[in-house]
Amino acid sequence: MIDAYSILWADLTALKRRGPRYLITTLVSPVLYLVAFGWGLGRGINLNGTSYLEFVIPGIIALTAMTTSFNGAGARLNVDRLFYRSFDECLMAPIGLTSLLLGKALIGVVRGIISSVAFLVVALLIAPRIHISVPFLLGLLLTCLTFAFLGVLAALLARSHEDMATFGSLILMPMTFLGGTFFSLSQVPAGLKYALYSLPLTHSSLFLRAAALDQPLPWGSFLALLAFFVAFLVGGMMALKRISI
Amino acid sequence: MSKMIEITGLIKDYSGKKVVDGLDLEVGRGELFGFLGPNGAGKTTTIRILTTLTKPSSGRILINGIDVAKNPARVKSEFGIVQQHLSLNRDLTIAENLELHARMHHLSPKERRERIADLLDYVELSDHADYLIDDVSGGMKRRAMIARALIHRPKLLFLDEPTVGLDAQTRRRVWDLIRRMNSVGTTVFLTTHYIEEAEALCQRVGVLHHGKIIAIGSPLSLRQKLGMTAVEMNVNGNCTEYRYFPDRAKAAEFIQTLPSTERVIMRESNLEDVFIELTGQKVMGD
Repeated sequence: MIDAYSILWADLTALKRRGPRYLITTLVSPVLYLVAFGWGLGRGINLNGTSYLEFVIPGIIALTAMTTSFNGAGARLNVDRLFYRSFDECLMAPIGLTSLLLGKALIGVVRGIISSVAFLVVALLIAPRIHISVPFLLGLLLTCLTFAFLGVLAALLARSHEDMATFGSLILMPMTFLGGTFFSLSQVPAGLKYALYSLPLTHSSLFLRAAALDQPLPWGSFLALLAFFVAFLVGGMMALKRISI
Repeated sequence: MSKMIEITGLIKDYSGKKVVDGLDLEVGRGELFGFLGPNGAGKTTTIRILTTLTKPSSGRILINGIDVAKNPARVKSEFGIVQQHLSLNRDLTIAENLELHARMHHLSPKERRERIADLLDYVELSDHADYLIDDVSGGMKRRAMIARALIHRPKLLFLDEPTVGLDAQTRRRVWDLIRRMNSVGTTVFLTTHYIEEAEALCQRVGVLHHGKIIAIGSPLSLRQKLGMTAVEMNVNGNCTEYRYFPDRAKAAEFIQTLPSTERVIMRESNLEDVFIELTGQKVMGD
């Protein structure tokens, strides 16, 4: 764990240096989604007694956690590995691969939590009925962990910066709009619904929404998210072993 | 002299092409060894294999008696490396880069503080400790990389083209640093394009060509084998031919036999002559 913290320490130091700027830029996307979908398109829509604004906020939190965790870990690692090649220094240091993997993923988790909490603060000003509970925070943490490890996995598999961009276009972008963020899965045909259950963001949105709206918790989604997390962690470990001695 | 590096039958094969082709090499403890070769000779691949970044196809490597394939984690504590490309973390300052490396090598907070201060002083960067990497010159970056490589006091230091891209003055400062490191017992394994760098620094050099060592010895012994005196003859005004002789007297005798119209230069031979004769290529690969 000390080795993992050593890796994280460098990324935290860099993050602290650009703290306020990071906080502002990280809020742009979710606030735009909130304005466009929550206030724009969704004004006047009511979903089983819940305003669309309250419905969409937990989805945007899941989405924010996904993108910032993925990019916070993956985009950085991709640049460090393929452009600056400073990742080689980590590979040549006497630290275990597990610590290295964890250290590289943790900055994604930290960034994901900071961005999600920052957006949550904004959201609470608009929709004070959002319920913040231990399961909600647990779901948020698991979402950040899952996508941070997915980011690390993608960065370790990528052979170029274009590969990362392709991953974003083919995996993250569809998930952004289809992962139960902006609409309820009960509104889509059964076949599509089952397909959407294969996306980790769907489970994250479902769990965070239920927790935020104080509804019965879909623990099946929590377990599915946990399974994705384990799969990405194991995949990341295998990819790291492949590129190191 | 006991051995710091022992390489036996090292092969690295990329899609059927052998980049390193049956390399056998020993480097003694405390030695300053130079690896010379044109672009694509296999120098950087060899260093990457020695520093655990690339898996060899076959062969055995011992560093300070430790088998690299069997115990890479232990080997990683034995060496430091200054890579050819800038591999500092650009989001951190010079001091923070050293701190990160010290943390990864498990130094205590007290050791970290002391060694960072000492090394920054050693490479004359104390005044720039808090500068971000992109805010300092190329020479400072290179010296910062050397300081970083030394922070865990490695017994063996790999320098992969340590002065590439530096101006002549900065290059000399880096040379002084390398000599100082070697004078306190650090084994230095250096690759370079610059022939004068190898001549100025190395006690022994190995010439690598197509992944194989084709000559090895002290710069002086390699020159002696070729001939200490070189004669350059400008034939027909556009083509230069070279002949080598054991001494100036023999070279002068030869010049007497040439037509008086031919432009002739007599000079001391150098490692570049050795390299060109052995490989038929200029060391810069052009």
